[in-house]
Amino acid sequence: MWPYYESEDWSVLPPELNRRFNPAFNMASIKQAFNEAVERVSTVRMPAPTRLRDLIRQIRAARTAAEERTVVNKECAYIRSTFREEDSVWRCRNIAKLLYIHMLGYPAHFGQLECLKLIASPRFTDKRIGYLGAMLLLDERQDVHLLITNCLKNDLNSSTQFVIGLALCTLGAIASPEMARDLASEVERLMKSANAYIRKKAALCAFRIIRRVPELMEMFLPATRSLITEKNHGVLITGVTLITEMCENSVDTLNHFKKIVPNLVRILKNLILAGYSPEHDVSGVSDPFLQVKILRLLRILGRNDIDASEAMNDILAQVATNTETSKNVGNTILYETVLSIMDIKSESGLRVLAVNILGRFLLNNDKNIRYVALNTLLKTVYVDTSAVQRHRSTILECLKDPDVSIRRRAMELSFALVNSNNIRNMMKELLLFLERADPEFKAQCSSNIVMSAERFAPNKRWHLETLFKVLVAAGNYVRDDVVACTIQLISETQSQQGYAVSALWRALEKDTSDKQPLAQVATWCIGEYGDLLLYGPPSEDVDTPVDLTEDEVIDVYQRLLWNPQNTVVTKQYTLLSLTKLSTRFQKGNEKIRQIIDTFGSNLHIELQQRGIEFSQLFRKYDHLRPALLERMPPMETARPQANGIIGMVNGEPESEEDKSSVLEASTPPSDSSALLDLLGTTDLGITPSVSNKNSSVNSTNVVNNNDLLDLLGSLDLNAPTSTSTLPQAQTPSQIFSPTTNFLVDGLLNSSSVQNDTLSMVVLDKAGLKITFRLERPPDIADLLIINMSAQNFGNAILTDFLFQAAVPKTFQLQMLSPSSTVIPPSGQVSQVLKVTNINKVPLRMRLRISYTGPTGPVLEQTEVNNFPPLTLQ
Amino acid sequence: MMQFMLLFSRQGKLRLQKWYVAHPDKLKKKITRELITTILARKPKMSSFLEWKDVKVVYKRYASLYFCCAIEQNDNELLTLEIIHRYVELLDKYFGSVCELDIIFNFEKAYFILDELLVGGEIQETSKKNVLKAIAAQDLLQEDEAVEGALREIGLL
Repeated sequence: MWPYYESEDWSVLPPELNRRFNPAFNMASIKQAFNEAVERVSTVRMPAPTRLRDLIRQIRAARTAAEERTVVNKECAYIRSTFREEDSVWRCRNIAKLLYIHMLGYPAHFGQLECLKLIASPRFTDKRIGYLGAMLLLDERQDVHLLITNCLKNDLNSSTQFVIGLALCTLGAIASPEMARDLASEVERLMKSANAYIRKKAALCAFRIIRRVPELMEMFLPATRSLITEKNHGVLITGVTLITEMCENSVDTLNHFKKIVPNLVRILKNLILAGYSPEHDVSGVSDPFLQVKILRLLRILGRNDIDASEAMNDILAQVATNTETSKNVGNTILYETVLSIMDIKSESGLRVLAVNILGRFLLNNDKNIRYVALNTLLKTVYVDTSAVQRHRSTILECLKDPDVSIRRRAMELSFALVNSNNIRNMMKELLLFLERADPEFKAQCSSNIVMSAERFAPNKRWHLETLFKVLVAAGNYVRDDVVACTIQLISETQSQQGYAVSALWRALEKDTSDKQPLAQVATWCIGEYGDLLLYGPPSEDVDTPVDLTEDEVIDVYQRLLWNPQNTVVTKQYTLLSLTKLSTRFQKGNEKIRQIIDTFGSNLHIELQQRGIEFSQLFRKYDHLRPALLERMPPMETARPQANGIIGMVNGEPESEEDKSSVLEASTPPSDSSALLDLLGTTDLGITPSVSNKNSSVNSTNVVNNNDLLDLLGSLDLNAPTSTSTLPQAQTPSQIFSPTTNFLVDGLLNSSSVQNDTLSMVVLDKAGLKITFRLERPPDIADLLIINMSAQNFGNAILTDFLFQAAVPKTFQLQMLSPSSTVIPPSGQVSQVLKVTNINKVPLRMRLRISYTGPTGPVLEQTEVNNFPPLTLQ
Repeated sequence: MMQFMLLFSRQGKLRLQKWYVAHPDKLKKKITRELITTILARKPKMSSFLEWKDVKVVYKRYASLYFCCAIEQNDNELLTLEIIHRYVELLDKYFGSVCELDIIFNFEKAYFILDELLVGGEIQETSKKNVLKAIAAQDLLQEDEAVEGALREIGLL
């Protein structure tokens, strides 16, 4: 018996002489005739299974999914039965069919063991398909892996180079940590083989083994060094790949390989200068694959090392100037060169050259090149802002690109470039972008504009104008925080209130049903400063509406309240605002009262409650109304500035005071002062007896019972306004939370809303312990504050301590500066990290900690995945 | 390091899949499905890059086939396009002006060629000639085995 596999498919001939194109009588057709004869003979004894080719035809001929399933199921059942019968003759063909079926998405795990049997066969044909099957079908199941490890071990010792090649290729694709440990020594031996074909594959296997099990790196070091002294490009490129991985793995190895910089420079120089070599040429560039790998390794070796950077300056300049840029391949190399130039300690002239290359990229017709240019500028903007600033107009141009990836990058980059000098121009462009942007961009873009404006606004007036434009352009996509920010800004800027109220009035006159946040800000503002709108002194620079009557205002309010498209929150704002207007207006009280009365029977319980409460203010408590609805005092507390990229880039670092005030502002104010605040605004003069929250809840029943209940009753009505004096502590929706006894409720809530804190140890190694204390400020939903503290339990001083953290793209990370870079024995260093989790996905963080200890520089890397669930909310 | 490579048709049919990271079968299918839908929905005017989960996806269409690679954050996107192009050139040389049908009916050979170009998600050979030579030599080895088997069967050996 002899197994064979689709023999008529194999061709020895080079493709140009492939028999499909040369049907003449030749060696291949002899073999084919031969094989067919043999198949006829063998079918006499046993029916041959369908050939792979025929199965594919059958499946392709199926017209419906059901039909295809029938064919596949029938074939699978047949294949299973042959597996049970231990039929080795057709195993190869059956596995090949199974692999095709697997690719269509059908289960094929039952072929796993059969693949191993094929691998164990002495025939190359069987091994080739067997290993292919193993790479496609095997998962990391322990039992099968033991078997395949043995097979691989045998084949790694084979005398045929192609059998060794198959084994190495498979090991490279599916090495589990156990396999890596068991076979590392075999791979190390093969790296020293005399055969280049085996050496290059072994080098990449070593690369994968180190990836899976970093501590196995040591044993490969001696054999690795010699790989880059080769002429063969395959061995060279795999060698460079392996060294790159090793250098990224440990600082010691990185220092060990510093001495190969001259070798790498020489190889690169030869590649550029050695004329045309047909074997490695890609549209006029000599081996771009190897060039890119070398450039990347140079970048890692030259990072933070002046001597190594010095040694590669010249060659980088040469590559940057000599590379042909008409094709993608030339730009590939330039791109890598720019990354290297920006990452190492390169000369300033070279950096200018690099940024100019990126500038040229931005003007390229090829979208892909423009995309990488924006991406790279985003990386370098932190290193050299002024160089990137020069390309600002081109970057702004990319905001109009039809490709969404490019627009996103351009937007991020634009915000990184905003500073106090260019804010007016940049905002003009970004507001235009915001108007036309896809919905997915609007929220992020509007929040970023608000943050930039807050930071760099040239004056209050401009700031307000910008905020209003955001509210108009982004409509319902505006986040809640923008509403709160705008209201606060108006409240604290007394000089601009007249302007604000008339600007907002004009916006409110138009249809605002797709701009709820705008309607909320506008009604709040008109409620507070309605008198300025109607009776305020006309100022020369504000285009105040002339001849506006109270009735017109009330008509618009009526439209807002009756419009079914307005949200309940907007209606709450509107209703409260209307109530306030009753004290601002000089005559229209009766009409206002009627509107409010109709809400006494509103279907929505919250609106109904408000309607009833407010109408009480017109009746039983009419004498209290003017005092209760007085204008709010300006809110002056600083906002927590979640600045993300904007804060870090423009070259104006925040001062220490700023940072501490930011932190303080994010903690909620103490309860008693809030209560005092409340009472202060109501102006009833009963402060001391209720200044303690416990007494307000418990002792009320005993002591001055009536007074207090009365007080609470009236406060209740006023609560929505009064609570807003809490500095930015609640978003508007919280202000209007549907509670019956607002004051007491609010107090109980705020006393229970403590900052959730939690600690976790993320690293405890060699006397260095790093702890995270997690804190979620209750007022900002997606912000997580991490207080990192690094303690030194050793006896030696740790210097150059550098703590770096990276988070996935969906998060924003802001790191404040550390308290020190030196940790004395039993001392500690702390640093604050702020993570904004917009997408509410589990947080992952990669850490890189470097310091100089008693034994020299140390680099630790770790990943933190076990953040407690509180951080996900 | 390349994480995986997928070849699929304009109709969304998978033609080749090569995984260099260990994922359970279910997840592989999910990733494949999602990526195919996302890429097919993109317009020809758009760039070849896609930021998707924590990987960068680089894809390019050749005739009716999409070649799609997932790479890590540090990898060079433009070079990945060159790797894709190199693979297409190799297929073309091997099959003689390759078309989708060649890859459907000879998918195993498409895998063999890929395995001579990449190992463990990294490029192992930058010379086209060397890759084709290695493939031809291995094909020859199979051929010899087939002939030998046939001769033995009919009693000539």
